[in-house]
Amino acid sequence: MGALQSLSGHPEYIDLAEKTGFSFEQIGVLHKRFKQLSHNEGTLRRAHFNEIPDLACNPIRAQIVEAFFDKRNFHQNDDGTIDEINFEEFLVVMSHFRPPALHLTEEQRGNVRKEKLRFLFNMHDTDNDGTITLEEYRHVSISMLSPGRKNVPLMVVEELLSRSGSLEKETAKSIADAAMLEVASISMGHMEPDEFYEGITFEHFLKLLDGFEIESKMSVRFLNMDATTLCK
Amino acid sequence: MHLRSLPELGLLLLAVFVLLEGPVPSLGASNCKETGHGEGADGERHGVGNLNRTKKPFPVLSLEYDHIKTPFEISLWVLLASLMKLGFHLIPRLSGIVPESCLLIVVGLLVGGLIRLAGEDVPPVLDSKLFFLCLLPPIILDAGYFLPIRPFMENLGTILMFAVVGTLWNAFFIGGLLYAVCQITAVKLSHIELLPCLLFGSVISAVDPVAVLAVFEEIHINELLHILVFGESLLNDAVTVVLYHLFEEYTVVETVTVLDGVLGVISFLVVALGGVLVGAIYGILAAFTSRFTSHTRVIEPLFVFVYSYMAYLSAEVFHLSGIMALIACGAVMRPYVEANISHKSHTTIKYFLKMWSSVSETLIFIFLGVATVDGDHSWNWTFVTVTVILCLVARVIGVVGLTYIINKFRIVKLTTKDQFIIAYGGLRGAIAFSLGFLLDKDHFPMRQIFLTAIITVIFFTVFVQGMTIKPLVELLAVKKKQEAKRSINEEIHTQFLDHLLTGIEDICGHYGHHHWKDKLNRFNKKYVKKCLIAGERSKEPQLIAFYHKMEMKQAIELVESGGGSKLPSAVPSTVSMLNIQPKKPSAPKPAERALPQLTRGREEEIRKILRTNLQKTRQRLRSYNRHTLVADPYEDGFNDFLKKQKMMELEKKIKEMTNYLTVPAASLDSPTMCRSRLASDPQAYNMKPSLDGVPTIKVDLASPQSPDSVNLLDEFKRAGQEGREDEQGLMMKPPAEPRGANQHGKEDEAKDPQKLMRCLSDPGPSADEDEDEPFLP
Repeated sequence: MGALQSLSGHPEYIDLAEKTGFSFEQIGVLHKRFKQLSHNEGTLRRAHFNEIPDLACNPIRAQIVEAFFDKRNFHQNDDGTIDEINFEEFLVVMSHFRPPALHLTEEQRGNVRKEKLRFLFNMHDTDNDGTITLEEYRHVSISMLSPGRKNVPLMVVEELLSRSGSLEKETAKSIADAAMLEVASISMGHMEPDEFYEGITFEHFLKLLDGFEIESKMSVRFLNMDATTLCK
Repeated sequence: MHLRSLPELGLLLLAVFVLLEGPVPSLGASNCKETGHGEGADGERHGVGNLNRTKKPFPVLSLEYDHIKTPFEISLWVLLASLMKLGFHLIPRLSGIVPESCLLIVVGLLVGGLIRLAGEDVPPVLDSKLFFLCLLPPIILDAGYFLPIRPFMENLGTILMFAVVGTLWNAFFIGGLLYAVCQITAVKLSHIELLPCLLFGSVISAVDPVAVLAVFEEIHINELLHILVFGESLLNDAVTVVLYHLFEEYTVVETVTVLDGVLGVISFLVVALGGVLVGAIYGILAAFTSRFTSHTRVIEPLFVFVYSYMAYLSAEVFHLSGIMALIACGAVMRPYVEANISHKSHTTIKYFLKMWSSVSETLIFIFLGVATVDGDHSWNWTFVTVTVILCLVARVIGVVGLTYIINKFRIVKLTTKDQFIIAYGGLRGAIAFSLGFLLDKDHFPMRQIFLTAIITVIFFTVFVQGMTIKPLVELLAVKKKQEAKRSINEEIHTQFLDHLLTGIEDICGHYGHHHWKDKLNRFNKKYVKKCLIAGERSKEPQLIAFYHKMEMKQAIELVESGGGSKLPSAVPSTVSMLNIQPKKPSAPKPAERALPQLTRGREEEIRKILRTNLQKTRQRLRSYNRHTLVADPYEDGFNDFLKKQKMMELEKKIKEMTNYLTVPAASLDSPTMCRSRLASDPQAYNMKPSLDGVPTIKVDLASPQSPDSVNLLDEFKRAGQEGREDEQGLMMKPPAEPRGANQHGKEDEAKDPQKLMRCLSDPGPSADEDEDEPFLP
């Protein structure tokens, strides 16, 4: 009954449901949230995301916000970034976090996994060149290890870091280096001393996180959302 | 031949014990009487006037058994248990087919039988007090301290459902149906009332952690199933305690009202939460205490043990759930204590816990066997068979029903195979028996029937289910435990995902699991860690701590594998750091090394010293399997290693090995390094600040096994070989200043060899020859 009700109010939900796999209820709830975030303007901008208080203390806030404006995540085989998104695009990005359905074939499960890993890959690969270079990977570990620096670009952070902070940064760099070396070892096997490992391609990334069971880990429960918790 | 002699030795030993038990007490008693009599007579005469003192010859060798009787018996039992364990693992075929618990019960039966045959009374070994106060706590503490928190918390809802609702269901189903069966007059059991039946049901329905641990450890199923069944067995203690006391009380009174039911529910909450609270308080106390132990490292493990035991006892005082207190204490204190204590203490704690829990478990099973022989059983075919069948049926129905409900809330659903394993893995054990043993004979005249039935169920689950679960797991192709090493990429991505999912939840405005988990983590980091962790470690992010752990582990593996014949488990690729670094426009010239030019003689001396100091190391296992804790594949290779030729191989391999290491240089200032140094040395050890511009090779005095000693080996190889292209690509090098600044040339080189020699020949104040393995991370 509830589904039919919302259906009659919003016929476009059918399209969205088909496209993203959400149920009508979930789309309704997310739409409400979208309107709330965008102050009923109809499109979301980066500034709107920055207004969310809880998100401010997240160390990888910048990357998360960027992910919403990254065209590669819209399933349209396009790349680049845009400055505003509408509800459909918002929903498509959110659909990456849907839990996998109960009965999936191996192939479907593989597809789901690939999609989620693609999302992660896009988050790391900030310059859209299809590989995660060492610098980009370093950026990942550095940002995770120095939380709480809000809205400060990376260059300024480097200057501001105190001695203990720079030690952390050095370790962060070494961690990224070690991780990169691991990827290279797993993917490439043997390399001559003068060969150079360009960066992590998507295939290597898949291989790396093979046993990670990302389809179940990278899911948010959209089940139990009710409107009351959204009032903020 | 030699192999078989050990179990025989054990049997011989206990035969000796049995024989001793018989004649000796009488001997000891008579001896005492004699001397006592003599004393008394003496005193009398002495009082009279010191006349006619009869002189006995001074007893050169006398036998007085009584005053050491109890410790002697205890030691003998422990020795028997340990020898049995030893024996089983020497017979590989047997331990593959039959789980250890079964074998131990059989041994117990044999021992009990032997004692009976010798005409002696079987000692009441499975005395409930002994069991609950001495035998059970080590096992639970071991389980709680090494509980994998993340999977436990992720599945907490499921575990609680199984533990609480499942146990309740089992208890009432079994109790109720048993009562119904007993009422059938043909069975002649109508004297058993409803409440005793329910009590029996509650006792028999609890899944036993000891039995589950013993069996599941050997089948290596995947982490999810392991934690579900094991978690259930731990948490159902609260339910069992409440039900047991409830029914015990009310059997006396014989009426139960609704109020009593409500009180029961409240009591359950109090018992469970109270137990956890008590445990948490003691855990925090222990963590806080460990903050100040940097100067008395030797007694650090003691704090862990004593605080945990106190938590258990305190909970038992108030009839709260001691098991939950113990688990909470161990789980709460662990992250903070591990950050504070030295590596050696950590190893000590681990080994002691494993040792105690292992011995405890062995003893419990043996005693089960002995107690079986002992008790005067009253066997009633109907009762027993109905009980066994009902247990199985109730378990299956319970699991299937609960899973149906649980799957609605889980992301990773439980499949039918999972459900089968969960149902089949519901083993009963000694806790049920001890609880039955505790029953008062006066209030419960049917105690013997109950005990017989309990023992039968235990035997059935342990033998039948325990033996067949392994082939069934193979048959059903249940997912096994992944042996994959935890890689740094996975760690990075685990954390990354945590942050990502928290962010997404915040964007949705949905206060989900990740949101609260994140809040808890932040609270932990901001306030709790500052209080409970000493010094700099309180600020160390988890990723860095993990990374340092990995460094240490790889360093140890490197040294260890150098002595053996196999390569370490590191990826056998020739990819090195060189391939990763973006090409610099002008590679820095391979700078001259500050390495001292050693003469041949010196080199030989160094080699000899290294050879004698390099000791075998043991590979660390991630699992908490107490049987295979110590895996020593390289032990045999060690003897060969001492030969000179192998030494050369070692050097060559280490050169190759350095390409495989995936971790770059460990900064000597890193907290882990600091701790390792401090740990080996009783005195706090200060790092001398390095003078700028002077290339120094710092060799740590504290322990020759430290990664720095590997450095030296490494350096020796490179003496004479071309320098590296890329300085950053070196493994395990000391944080020397860029090698280009070698202006102080010869002077330092002359000094350095001396320094090196001195360092090497003197391993340091505390590192002695027969010191154990270096710390395990």
